[in-house]
Amino acid sequence: MTEVNLDAIYRPSEDIVAREIEGELIIVPLVSGIGDLEDELYTLNETAKAIWDRLDGATSLRAVVAALAEEYDAPPEEIARDVCGLVGELLRRRMVVEASGI
Amino acid sequence: MNQEPTTMNQEPRTPNYAVKRKLGEHVLWRERGPLLSRLDMELTERCNNNCIHCCINLPTNDARAKARELSTAQWQDILRQAAALGALSVRFTGGEPLLREDFADLYLYARRLGLKVLLFTNARLITPEMADLLARVPPLERIEVSVYGMRRESYEAVTRVPGSYAEFRRGIERLWERKVPFIVKGALLPPNKGEMEEFEAWAATIPWMEVPPPYAMFYELRGRRDSAAKNRLIASLRLSPEEGLAVLTRRPEAYLKSKYEFCTKFMRAPGELLLSCGAGYGGSSCVDAYGLLQPCMALRDPRLAYDLKKGSLREALQEHFPRLRELRASNPDYLNRCARCFLHGLCEQCPGKSWSEHGTLDTPVEYLCQIAHAQARYLGLLAEGERAWEVEDGRERVNKMVKGVEV
Repeated sequence: MTEVNLDAIYRPSEDIVAREIEGELIIVPLVSGIGDLEDELYTLNETAKAIWDRLDGATSLRAVVAALAEEYDAPPEEIARDVCGLVGELLRRRMVVEASGI
Repeated sequence: MNQEPTTMNQEPRTPNYAVKRKLGEHVLWRERGPLLSRLDMELTERCNNNCIHCCINLPTNDARAKARELSTAQWQDILRQAAALGALSVRFTGGEPLLREDFADLYLYARRLGLKVLLFTNARLITPEMADLLARVPPLERIEVSVYGMRRESYEAVTRVPGSYAEFRRGIERLWERKVPFIVKGALLPPNKGEMEEFEAWAATIPWMEVPPPYAMFYELRGRRDSAAKNRLIASLRLSPEEGLAVLTRRPEAYLKSKYEFCTKFMRAPGELLLSCGAGYGGSSCVDAYGLLQPCMALRDPRLAYDLKKGSLREALQEHFPRLRELRASNPDYLNRCARCFLHGLCEQCPGKSWSEHGTLDTPVEYLCQIAHAQARYLGLLAEGERAWEVEDGRERVNKMVKGVEV
């Protein structure tokens, strides 16, 4: 289980490179242990991409949820589920790290 | 918002937000490929080996070649352009790419741009530091190591460099110890011809070898057309078409399966257009050591190259190469034979081979023609004595062959 804290701030890990190609967000491992990637790609779906763009190392997840809820006119609890789901998954994959407190 | 929990424990969810997919299944490749998918980069034409069969190597200390090579900053600029155009990977080759003193810098630069790196090397310069780097920042492609013999005597009879065998073995060991994925490729030559079984048995113990190693044996002449003496030597080392066929068909089922698939997809008479092979498209272009972008690695006619020191990759791909794809053959011999020949594809005749053999783009290469005919006879596509370019029902023969297998 991966703990996601809505009051925490997250940012992309320095162990990966995120690239946008033809509108697709692709995550490429930089160091060993993230994924071998031979013949494979990690990509983010549209929901995930909208969240990823806000994981800037300066904004708390709670603020990210609020901004997305306003932008997409969606219930915050629904957005929070997606945000925590994605960040939890990215933490497990070592693609994001907690930035707050550093 | 206040009712939201402060922390949430997350189990793995489906559907995943981050999806891991096979490259070929990805929408980028199925529906809209980027302008550039891969770029070959010949970092240097210099090599620390002096292989008897090599079509490109210059001496390690060739000062003139070294002075002409692109600088670190120029290579970095090309890497940035490649990434911006959507390339997912680059191939670092040569010569021996590890001879570049800035190799580690270029490698890291490429990886930090999110590019995968396919490295072609003889492994002699895989120092502990280099192996550590490749382990810490993996290339994300299996390194391809050329092997010239299983013993010092055979290996160095090919490379003509004393001490090269021990360095190659040490390089391999360093990759292996650190679990850096690599595969090996052979080059069949008189000094090592008797070592195939030993080579393949050893290759089978390498964890990343999924299939038996491929061999080079139908050697290309020097693409720079820089030495008639070297070309005579290379030509003398080539396997005859019959010898080559015997090697290719040692595992008949695997050979037939691959050829049936290949023939169905790629064999057809090319007509007058010279670059009917994919050269000049976004996955085949190659920057030489001096910044000239070629439509493919084999095609070194300087008249077709685009100078990246004076223009951009985008311009080359969008404006220069499309013009090249309109080039048509004019040699009557080519038009009467190759342009009409249904073995095109199985046959490796192409402007690049024509250039290295004859200095033209459209002269039939007899050696390649003989190899293709030998294979076609083996596959049942031609009878003894038939000439493929005179066959009227080539496509039907291919279809019949494939259907026969499917039944």
